[in-house]
Amino acid sequence: MEGRFDWVGVIDFLPQLGTGLYYTLLISVVGLIIGFILGGIFGFGRIAKNKVIYGLSSLYVEIIRGTPVLVQAIWIFFALPLITNYNMDSVMAGIIVIALNSGAYIAEIVRGSVQSIAKGQMEAGRSLGLSHGQAMRYIVWPQAFKRMIPPLGNQFIISIKDTSLLSVILVPELMFQGRLVASNYFNAVEIYTMVAVFYLAITLSLSFILRIVERRLDIK
Amino acid sequence: MIIVKDLHKKFGNNEVLKGIDCHIEPQEVVCVIGPSGSGKSTFLRCLNMLETITSGDVVVDGKNLSDSETNINMVRTEIGMVFQQFNLFPHKNVIENIMLAPQKVRKISEKESRERGMKLLEKVGLSDKAEQFPSQLSGGQQQRVAIARALAMEPKMMLFDEPTSALDPELVGEVLEVMKQLALEGMTMVVVTHEMGFAKEVGDRVLFMDEGVIVEQGDPDQVFTNPQSDRTKEFLNKIL
Ligand SMILES: Nc1ncnc2c1ncn2[C@@H]1O[C@H](COP(=O)(O)OP(=O)(O)OP(=O)(O)O)[C@@H](O)[C@H]1O
Ligand SMILES: [Mg+2]
Repeated sequence: MEGRFDWVGVIDFLPQLGTGLYYTLLISVVGLIIGFILGGIFGFGRIAKNKVIYGLSSLYVEIIRGTPVLVQAIWIFFALPLITNYNMDSVMAGIIVIALNSGAYIAEIVRGSVQSIAKGQMEAGRSLGLSHGQAMRYIVWPQAFKRMIPPLGNQFIISIKDTSLLSVILVPELMFQGRLVASNYFNAVEIYTMVAVFYLAITLSLSFILRIVERRLDIK
Repeated sequence: MIIVKDLHKKFGNNEVLKGIDCHIEPQEVVCVIGPSGSGKSTFLRCLNMLETITSGDVVVDGKNLSDSETNINMVRTEIGMVFQQFNLFPHKNVIENIMLAPQKVRKISEKESRERGMKLLEKVGLSDKAEQFPSQLSGGQQQRVAIARALAMEPKMMLFDEPTSALDPELVGEVLEVMKQLALEGMTMVVVTHEMGFAKEVGDRVLFMDEGVIVEQGDPDQVFTNPQSDRTKEFLNKIL
């Protein structure tokens, strides 16, 4: 077994993996920020009384939830340009995929959390003369937001791991870079282990941060 | 102060209120009794438009609630409501619960609304609980905070929907005491309650509701000791 695996030699490939890490983080952070905004908008769309807003929001959520991320990525990168005649660069496509995908799941988290706040809270606010918007903002939303944190953290971790699928649309993220190196230098065990460790480092750091936030906000 | 004319309320095909007529005078304390499902809560909730009215009129302090000109948020500031389940805001402490509406709706300064809130807490005997959260209080204390919260808007009338039904028996008294005090100060009150003692001692009038109509009303002593309707008799026999 001596000498079969070259763990020290992996250091030579750290710059390539570093590039991958950079794109993984870039796409995750930007994609999730946009996804959070989309989720907020469409989450409230799913509670809206207006049938058109409700219908459009539901359509979006159902389409995204009903199709695999991989299919979404390939469709946006390879099929969409044929329709629009606009060639997107792969990083941009990757961000769009993560944003659209996480947005739909976050919309459901927002909807569920807002609806989980007892009706009596809204009624108590309205009976004091607050408008619907004020009661939402000062009473329902702060409570719903607290409840959103744990499932939101869960979704962040899922989306970060989903970025690895973007290697099929040629995004130079961690998985893509790992495959590149491994196929050129035949050091699959070392490289893919490193890749896995990098993902684990990201998700564990996020879990750690989330736990601190939850403790700060006193979420049971 | 409140005029209700031929009020009907349907949930889908289920007609819950089948034509209610009544007047509530300023400073009057009216107790509403009746079996479960008779529409007491629905009636009360129509008085501040927590339920939309199917047909008929509710006129509060001269303003017809179904009139599109009426600003319902402004009308609601004149009508305090106390719920069976208290419905305090769990993410805010006691004084913040009380200060929220005066600040956001009446646009009163933080300082003034805090002072007003502290006075009200004193009135309901909870000055020492201002910084506590609702979850740290007993049911009776929570309900007294809820009353103070409603009073902070300086309403002209108060609606109570079974304010003591969710309380342990030993905590009922402290809430009724606060309500009695309010009545003595001349507050107009509509109280859905099964506390016959309270109705007799504090109530000016009792309404007995059954199946969406007011079956009988009158002076509490009279209604309790000498009910005219068989349905009222039957109901009183069951609960006394
Ligand atoms: N939001 C609603 N949607 C549909 N039906 C409702 C709704 N609220 C109340 N009802 C129905 O209206 C009827 C009257 O209910 P209401 O709560 O007014 O009765 P109540 O006299 O207050 O009874 P209780 O003493 O149990 O509180 C019941 O049959 C109830 O099922
Ligand atoms: Mg009721």
